[in-house]
Amino acid sequence: MAAPATAESTTHPSGIPAPEGSVEVTVKIHRFNPEQDEAPHWESYDVPALPTDRVLNLLINIKSYIDGSLAFRRSCAHGICGSDAMQINGINRLACKVLVKDLLAKKGKTTITVAPLKGLPLLKDLYVDMEPFFEAYRSIKPYLITYGNEPTRERIQSPAERAQFDDTTKCILCAACTTSCPVYWADGSYFGPAAIVNAHRFIFDSRDEGAEERLDILNDAEGVWRCRTTFNCTDACPRGIEVTKAIQEVKRALLFRRT
Amino acid sequence: MADTIALDRPRSRRRPAARRSNFELYSWLFMRISGLLLVVLVLGHLFIMNILDGGVHRINFAFVAGRWSSPFWQFWDLLMLWLAQLHGGNGLRTIIDDYARKDSTRFWLKMLLYVSMVVILVLGTLVIFTFDPNI
Repeated sequence: MAAPATAESTTHPSGIPAPEGSVEVTVKIHRFNPEQDEAPHWESYDVPALPTDRVLNLLINIKSYIDGSLAFRRSCAHGICGSDAMQINGINRLACKVLVKDLLAKKGKTTITVAPLKGLPLLKDLYVDMEPFFEAYRSIKPYLITYGNEPTRERIQSPAERAQFDDTTKCILCAACTTSCPVYWADGSYFGPAAIVNAHRFIFDSRDEGAEERLDILNDAEGVWRCRTTFNCTDACPRGIEVTKAIQEVKRALLFRRT
Repeated sequence: MADTIALDRPRSRRRPAARRSNFELYSWLFMRISGLLLVVLVLGHLFIMNILDGGVHRINFAFVAGRWSSPFWQFWDLLMLWLAQLHGGNGLRTIIDDYARKDSTRFWLKMLLYVSMVVILVLGTLVIFTFDPNI
């Protein structure tokens, strides 16, 4: 019986299976092992890649076939959990949403650079300490605040009221925006775009009564007024949230106290 | 290349308590309004000084004296001086806040900035109001 023509697959020298149609690319990874290395360094790996592969596939292959000590976060691998945000070719992206075909060089061999998120403490390889990011998130009170008696039925909201904060409900807390913000790099006390996006989500929710508290928090020296509207956050967001616009809406709410 | 990624100062895990003041709001608003006014004031100033009627070549003591005999130009220059000084000073304050790494550096840079602002504001205002065309 003849084998199906499309199933032809060879093995790359690295040991990674190279299916038909795959090309060799160089993945340059920012490595750091705190138990061995004095300082971070770059290491390159030649791996086979299909144009339809995601960068995450390459990382998993490197970890499985070449160097098991490579450390990176990933959970769902489908752009929902927000675990695998990293700098890919210098811009913050989710490794599970970037396709190799979009990174292939026009001519010559392709090099894909992968580095950890900038501005958060580096723990190992692509693994950063997310705690400062979540501290900023928690400090804007990202939960429903209401006063008075509980209603006896659900809290009603019109579609128009819901639309006001629809965009900012999409945040998955991947930290791509906050760690692309030059103000956050320079000043770690700045709340950062992600915290402001999540404050926006509640400030403009008609069912929530904590807008004043959150606006007071964001009116502070480390709040929305530090934003320089460089739009790095909007470019970085894997969910397509208009982050800078949300920050501007919070500024406007502070100026006119309209929520 | 490596140190472009690893920042030397760890992110702060604690943040100071909210100050509950509108200072940052007003300074942000001031930057917008003074910026708009300065576009008119500074471009007008540059046009008069450098382009109109032979431009920079006709500027001498008499020209300045003639302009400052009118309260309109006195007010124009005074407003431009104050807005430009406060606008630039506030911008530099923000930059110092962003980039000074140590609290002591931040403090002394800001002191230097504030002192220079006060000196220039006082000196400029003094000259505009006490200018004597007959010396």
